[in-house]
Amino acid sequence: MDIKIFTKGLYKDNPIFVQLLGMCPTLAVTTSAINGLGMGLATTAVLASSNVVISMLRKVIPDKVRIPAFIVVIATFVTIIGMVLEGYFVDLYNALGLFIPLIVVNCIILARAETFAFKNGIFSSFLDGLGMGLGFTIALLILGSVRELLGAGSIFGISLLGAAYKPALIMILPPGAFLALGILLAINNVIKQKSAA
Amino acid sequence: MEKLLRVSSSPHIRSQATVSSIMRDVVIALVPATLAGIYYFGMNAAIITVISILTAVLAEAAVQKIRKKEVTISDYSAVVTGLLLAMNLPASAPWWIPVIGAIFAIVVVKQMFGGIGSNFMNPALAARAFLVVSWPIEMTGWIAPGPDAVSTATPLGMMKEGASEALPSLMDAMIGNIGGSMGETSALLLILGGLYLVYRGVISYRIPVFYVGTVFVLTFLFNGFEVYTSFYSLFVGGLMLGAIYMATDYSSSPMTARGQVVFAIGAGLLTALIRVYGGYPEGVQFSILLMNVATPIIERYTAPRVFGGAKK
Repeated sequence: MDIKIFTKGLYKDNPIFVQLLGMCPTLAVTTSAINGLGMGLATTAVLASSNVVISMLRKVIPDKVRIPAFIVVIATFVTIIGMVLEGYFVDLYNALGLFIPLIVVNCIILARAETFAFKNGIFSSFLDGLGMGLGFTIALLILGSVRELLGAGSIFGISLLGAAYKPALIMILPPGAFLALGILLAINNVIKQKSAA
Repeated sequence: MEKLLRVSSSPHIRSQATVSSIMRDVVIALVPATLAGIYYFGMNAAIITVISILTAVLAEAAVQKIRKKEVTISDYSAVVTGLLLAMNLPASAPWWIPVIGAIFAIVVVKQMFGGIGSNFMNPALAARAFLVVSWPIEMTGWIAPGPDAVSTATPLGMMKEGASEALPSLMDAMIGNIGGSMGETSALLLILGGLYLVYRGVISYRIPVFYVGTVFVLTFLFNGFEVYTSFYSLFVGGLMLGAIYMATDYSSSPMTARGQVVFAIGAGLLTALIRVYGGYPEGVQFSILLMNVATPIIERYTAPRVFGGAKK
């Protein structure tokens, strides 16, 4: 099995930093590192499972109604994940709120179902979903950590910058999401140009 | 035969103005109001002004060095940004406020979008918005003029809370003897600087006049046709500083004459609405920033017809 199916989602085709997909949860929930990590892992679970099921059903689903069929499969897993989070991680569930049901319409999941799982075997679809999901998780974790560090002086709730640091509130407010994402994208582009040259 | 007859392509008459001559004029126009701010708010105002200008210039030089571009700090544009930012800060601000603000203005708002002429927002104003949202306590530590640095509310803050009996007199508001950001209070000196800029041809009268006029008319309507209050509200807050020096920024305001009128009326409308209905007592900064973002659309719809071209 080609390992690249798994690794391409982590960096080379990273859903956030390269494909710029799924901006809504990316910008909205990354107010802290834990929220970013939680959202990323929840999405990863949905993505890997829905990729497997859609790959299994790819010969059964008629081409014309594939999108509704994808949505039904994805919505099933999102409901399961939502219930698991509500049962075992209540704080995270409350913090993510509306954005858990919104995973259904996360365009990364639909994009992987449409472009990969619908055309490939079960195991490679699983690897693809896992890789893309972990790439998404890494991006959200970085974004959440940067915003929490600058906006609250801590990462995962652990104070890092000391009491003398006056947090820049804007970073955990909506404009901070756009600023942080834009600057991270720019940094990523610089790294890419440097490594290509 | 010294004088050869040469034919070159147009333009045949060039303006003498350069970026540095324009920016120098803006600095000259801002000096009286800055000095007044230092006179009223004391030593800390002077220190903040110096820190802000120095940081802006150093940040510009640093970014251009890192990007291996020509260092253009001698064109005064970073000085103007630093000075405008300082004039928008309360005199009680701690030293790191102008440092972070100037770095944000130059590095993020100006250089990341391509440097002078390419910024889509006024850098000083965007930095102020960044600071106000991030550190609301430090950014609203208004002090009354005088040596004792007594904390006070700004006249617009008083009006918002309905404490209109405590308002300073119109005369104090005009000369700047009121609480507020250190460069915005001396309305008369700001207008004087504005007249100098219009006389020198650096800015057009359109944006300031239509902006202030719109605010006056709308405040007049909202306040139940009271001429004095409406007139008074023009000289408090950041309206004069914003209308004359910030809204007229070349790269973030429309080039066309009709566009400038639309821009100014839009900014005036937003300012009046935020002042009356908004959560903040002052709406100048957000209204100008919003109109900055709308500038490309305004320019598209107000582009002049090419002479001899077809009618639409």
